[in-house]
Amino acid sequence: MLPFKGKGLVTLTGLTIGALAVILMAAGNPKNMGICIACFLRDIAGGLGLHSAAPVQYVRPEIIGIVLGAFVAALATKSFRTMGGSSALTRFALGFIGMIGFLVFLGCPMRMLIRMSAGDLNAWVALPGFAGGIALGIWFINRGFTLGRASRQSNAHGYVFPALMGILLVLLFVNFAHLQFSTEGPAAMRAPLPLALGAGLLVGVLAQRARFCLVGPIRDMIMFRDSYLLFGMAGLFVAALAGNLIISNFNVGFVGQPIAHADGLWNFLGLALAGLCFTLVAGCPLRQLVSAAEGNTDSAVTVLGALIGAAFAHNFGLAASPAGVPVNGQIAVVAGFAVALAIGLALSKVKVFAH
Amino acid sequence: MPDVDVCGLVCPEPVLLVKRKIEDQGQGTITVLADSEAARENIKRLATGKGWTVKVEEQGEQWLLTLTK
Repeated sequence: MLPFKGKGLVTLTGLTIGALAVILMAAGNPKNMGICIACFLRDIAGGLGLHSAAPVQYVRPEIIGIVLGAFVAALATKSFRTMGGSSALTRFALGFIGMIGFLVFLGCPMRMLIRMSAGDLNAWVALPGFAGGIALGIWFINRGFTLGRASRQSNAHGYVFPALMGILLVLLFVNFAHLQFSTEGPAAMRAPLPLALGAGLLVGVLAQRARFCLVGPIRDMIMFRDSYLLFGMAGLFVAALAGNLIISNFNVGFVGQPIAHADGLWNFLGLALAGLCFTLVAGCPLRQLVSAAEGNTDSAVTVLGALIGAAFAHNFGLAASPAGVPVNGQIAVVAGFAVALAIGLALSKVKVFAH
Repeated sequence: MPDVDVCGLVCPEPVLLVKRKIEDQGQGTITVLADSEAARENIKRLATGKGWTVKVEEQGEQWLLTLTK
């Protein structure tokens, strides 16, 4: 289907995502964001009225596009396969907790790379936190941590998640009156719908074919010295860096970065928590979306956990803002670590503590 | 019965299980049953990188990988 494969394809996917992120920024999406799976799921939670934080409510077409693009690519290449039944509720919890980590940092690993490429040094501080969280997840995996085997299910189950996205798209197109759309703030900054949707579709197709992931590069390097996915991560960074230089959106510094705070400790810990959780569920938020689109209902539940986690993050005052990380958010990160570590310990075959 | 069955498992478990088997066994033949493109490709890359030859045989919705060294 595609003229590239292997490292060429995953590099092309990274380059495309990086370039699209900058194009979407130039076309109206928030600065140093372009595409961010965590932020956009948070916006969708707001758009559906699951939280009422006025600046972050919009049904982001990019997310819908990614899922539908990956769904079509999976069907076209006969790689659509409905699997499920592997610790769904635990995945929901890890998606929920990981999302709190992302919203304390203000971005998923995709936005981390985009922020890094725009000179935001706060994201450079968060990167070792993210890698540390992944390393902690690997520590559990090496001790036999598993969420168990998924089993083959009727394909009908696998169509539910893409269908939900299809319904969201219809609601967006008809401008359904009960959707909440920000009039100011990050979610009021929007690229035109056709462009946002088209970019999402392209990312979805490429990410499905390349098995693109942003937890995988660091995980596979540590575990197997396997650099396959790292080519994608590098491609994303390089294209976003070039794009940011072209549109003059490159400012090195900690203070005054768009939709960011300069509290290094919580940037580090936020992504460490998210890195741990999303290593345990086997892939970054983008990978979860794509995997859900390929028929993995466990990944779909992880995405729903992240969506509800985003709603709680705003309803309970946990999410950071450019003003910093609220105390509730700091408590939530510590509590999140306690729960994630407990899950890791409980599901590892090699017992770390004797009973 | 395959030596390693990674069906229903997601990254990085399939590769980890095969890696351990490869390291335990050192040489000979190892059969692996996989049911996802990701697992198939990742295992192929791991084994080839470690000097094993990999034969892939499609079996319905699954793949039987035969690793030899």
